[in-house]
Amino acid sequence: MTNKDTGTFTVKAGLAQMLKGGVIMDVVTAEHAKIAEDAGACAVMALERVPADIRAAGGVARMSDPNVITAIIETVTIPVMAKCRIGHFVEAQVLQALGVDYIDESEVLTPADEAHHVNKHDFKVPFVCGCRDLGEALRRIGEGAAMIRTKGEAGTGNIVEAVRHIRTVMDEIRKIKGMPADELMSEAKLLGAPYELLVEIHKTGKLPVVNFAAGGVATPADAALMMQLGADGVFVGSGIFKSSNPSAFAKSIVKAVTHYNDPAIIAEVSKGLGAAMPGLEIKSIPEEELLAKRGW
Amino acid sequence: MTKIGVLALQGAFAEHIAILKTLGVDTTEVRLPEELDGIDGLIIPGGESTTITKLMLSYELADKIKKQALDGLPIMGTCAGMIMLAQKVDGTNHLSTGIMDIAVKRNAFGRQVDSFELDLDIPAIGDEPYHAIFIRAPKIEHAGPNVDILVKLSDDTIVAAKEGNLIALAFHPELTADNRLHKYFLDIVNKR
Repeated sequence: MTNKDTGTFTVKAGLAQMLKGGVIMDVVTAEHAKIAEDAGACAVMALERVPADIRAAGGVARMSDPNVITAIIETVTIPVMAKCRIGHFVEAQVLQALGVDYIDESEVLTPADEAHHVNKHDFKVPFVCGCRDLGEALRRIGEGAAMIRTKGEAGTGNIVEAVRHIRTVMDEIRKIKGMPADELMSEAKLLGAPYELLVEIHKTGKLPVVNFAAGGVATPADAALMMQLGADGVFVGSGIFKSSNPSAFAKSIVKAVTHYNDPAIIAEVSKGLGAAMPGLEIKSIPEEELLAKRGW
Repeated sequence: MTKIGVLALQGAFAEHIAILKTLGVDTTEVRLPEELDGIDGLIIPGGESTTITKLMLSYELADKIKKQALDGLPIMGTCAGMIMLAQKVDGTNHLSTGIMDIAVKRNAFGRQVDSFELDLDIPAIGDEPYHAIFIRAPKIEHAGPNVDILVKLSDDTIVAAKEGNLIALAFHPELTADNRLHKYFLDIVNKR
């Protein structure tokens, strides 16, 4: 019997495949993590404050306190993800040392590098990164990301940007699939994306890694909308713990993602939930405060 | 035509369906109890076992799967699917189907950074080594007297077993191009 290989791209991307059809929930404490696990979350995302609070407070948002991350790891048996700042490879090293199962190099935190992202090939722990379009997704995969999420606009409870981003990615994939092979190089240049990944999409008609939707999911119907538009699963940030009944919202969103093609079940699980998180009109947010624009 | 149901509550069900299609069988996604009707075999995929357990219980799938298994329906569980089949999980009676006489330990090899790939010798499917992918994988801590061990690691950890019509694998045949374990399962289905 040969030796075990750890930290390979197959096991990194493989964990994301195991998360498909599931809901990954933002949590700031071990108590939140327990509520999320009990509701059926397929993983939790540890961060210092939920995006709505980061948006409200302003200032610099960083990686969570390692004590909190350790407490969350000790509390739940589902995978624990945590966010590091864009380009902050030492925060990523710390998160790997703490034993998190996935790192989100996230625009929700204040970027540490305005030109470069983390070289994710250097790590044994897998990374998920945000994108607004296919070029951004493929640049992140080129850097070693083993999972992608469309960004949406975190902390708004407004699904409009999430719809824009998933539609953009899916449209670009369909375009590449239908394109003659001799146009792929120019398209790679236009997208700013690695040519080899375009060749792969041309062949398979899909992204080489799992793609979840994020940024603005506030209701079970929002979550099912993302699934019907082609997402493999859903991240819910402020939508759970900024709602009037986090446990009920969490359970309903989990069921809506599993049964995303069954309107009768989505209707049933949407009943009597109480108030969803307050929403923000995107146009009311000053241009420089839009989180989705962070990432290069 | 043989029709295989794949439990599609959460996890890597699409990957199993893609492999089954290469073997020329009909497939169907199972999310509700009535979708179990008319299938010749069931695959419970890898995914998050806590999530799958909760969704199974919410829509009363566990009891029906258990009843069909006792009537002889062949079922293959991979990783989380193995946990769904086990009578005991982490030392306690499991809430899902509990139909196979095995005790499993979840996340038995550590966290994600400890996930691994390894070549295994599985005599039941032939002489060629089988490249297995273990992701936050469980292991079988105890197997009952009627359970056949399909493969052990070099340290004697049991990672695949069969009991009559039930197959439990700690790893992910749905993540490789090697379809021999799916063929092995279909042989059991077709012999029934």
